[in-house]
Amino acid sequence: MRDSGINVLFLGKNFLRLLEGLGVTLRISLIAVLLSLPLGILLGMFMTLKNPVSKAISRIYLEFIRIMPQLVLLFIAYFGVTRMFGWNLSADVSAVIVFTLWGTAEMGDLVRGALISIPRHQYDSAAALGMTKVQTFIHVVVPQTMRRLIPLTINLTTRMIKTTSLVVLIGMTEVLKVGKQIIDANRFEYPTAALWIYGVIFLLYFLACWPISMLAKKLEKRWR
Amino acid sequence: MEERIQLKVKGLVKRFGSETVLDGIDLDVHKGEVVVVLGPSGCGKSTLLRCMNGLESLSEGNIFLDGEEVSSSGKKITMLRQKIGMVFQSYDLFPHKNIMDNITLAPVKVQKRPKKDVESQAEKLLKRVGLWEKRKSYPRELSGGQKQRVAIIRALCMNPEVMLFDEVTAALDPEMVREVLDVMLELADGGMTMVIVTHEMQFARAIADRVIFLDGGNIVEDLPPEEFFTAPKTQRAKDFLQTFAYEKRRTDTN
Ligand SMILES: Nc1ncnc2c1ncn2[C@@H]1O[C@H](COP(=O)(O)OP(=O)(O)OP(=O)(O)O)[C@@H](O)[C@H]1O
Ligand SMILES: [Mg+2]
Repeated sequence: MRDSGINVLFLGKNFLRLLEGLGVTLRISLIAVLLSLPLGILLGMFMTLKNPVSKAISRIYLEFIRIMPQLVLLFIAYFGVTRMFGWNLSADVSAVIVFTLWGTAEMGDLVRGALISIPRHQYDSAAALGMTKVQTFIHVVVPQTMRRLIPLTINLTTRMIKTTSLVVLIGMTEVLKVGKQIIDANRFEYPTAALWIYGVIFLLYFLACWPISMLAKKLEKRWR
Repeated sequence: MEERIQLKVKGLVKRFGSETVLDGIDLDVHKGEVVVVLGPSGCGKSTLLRCMNGLESLSEGNIFLDGEEVSSSGKKITMLRQKIGMVFQSYDLFPHKNIMDNITLAPVKVQKRPKKDVESQAEKLLKRVGLWEKRKSYPRELSGGQKQRVAIIRALCMNPEVMLFDEVTAALDPEMVREVLDVMLELADGGMTMVIVTHEMQFARAIADRVIFLDGGNIVEDLPPEEFFTAPKTQRAKDFLQTFAYEKRRTDTN
């Protein structure tokens, strides 16, 4: 079977190029997640304040980020901001900004949820033991919040990895784009290349996300 | 019994919004005395206990521990709370810490006592209630009755001068009530000053030096237990006690 599409993978540096493409996605996801974590924690704490103004602000931010498709946000950051303010944001930077904004919103909501799920009697019994608000936060609230958050954060990371494939639309060469290029270049010699290339991409995504999901499941079980 | 007033409530008024829950409570609890607070649901028993250790702010009035005022804010309150232990109805152990760490957390972090000392104190108490084997278990691995006994020990390891109990057996299966009440009886025998809210009438009668009956935001009876249970002065207390009595009301339809 000379024209079996699988051979495309071994042509030149095709497989390496796919891996590099995946690297782009993973790099952006990782940076965005690392930035989203601390920002999201702050946002989540901000969201639990009983102040109506802070509530309104965080609500609007969250809704805005959620309602807007990430694609639109990407275009605004990459094309819009450049037009409006004359800043020249590279595709990398635009992508990191947009996915950090998104990750912060999602993380903030997770943190808020974890914080308000701590029952009031936990605060009461800590107070009744003479603990200050700060001691209660450090020894009672944070550890319980972390347990709930770690699996959720890991899931957010896999969602981030999958969503960052959108960067192709602002001209970045990530794994899907590389795949498309390879398919196009070999259209005539290997008509079935598309199947194989996308299959391999599927596998690469799976290999990137699966261990992360497994880790989340394991932690979830351990901490119930 | 010594005459020294350990806990003094003076003119306590507590409002939630426009609702007045406690309407001028005066109560002196002497050292070593066991006061049981009874009253219909929603009459403010929990609120009274929560005010006593500053979990709720007072609308009016004052509370004194050993002559020192308990105010609901500032550094003083955390100092005073260390002297007033409280155990709640809900199982309130910290789920992320094992039994021993639950007990040692506050004495070590709040009172800055050496962990070893607290652990040996905890060991004695855990052994006494038969839970020493559970010291490395997590709260979710314990029964309700075991959790409440640990909660009592956790409060005791702060070496409080007064213990407040708010319906600590109300959420327990009947067969576990006894083991918790026994611990409280032992504490009372040891001379601990206690204020207890309970729905266990037999227990109230057995443990109380004094019964306080709360209704309509006021103390309407303040009597020794025998007198309260056999000859309450007010109709409201009589009605209340009546709700715990079972009569043969079934009629024969044949
Ligand atoms: N945080 C709060 N905000 C508003 N109202 C409250 C609050 N806490 C208690 N109340 C009200 O105060 C009244 C007394 O409540 P409390 O819990 O002290 O009653 P209780 O005597 O302990 O009742 P129970 O026997 O059912 O435990 C109730 O009417 C309750 O609705
Ligand atoms: Mg109550």
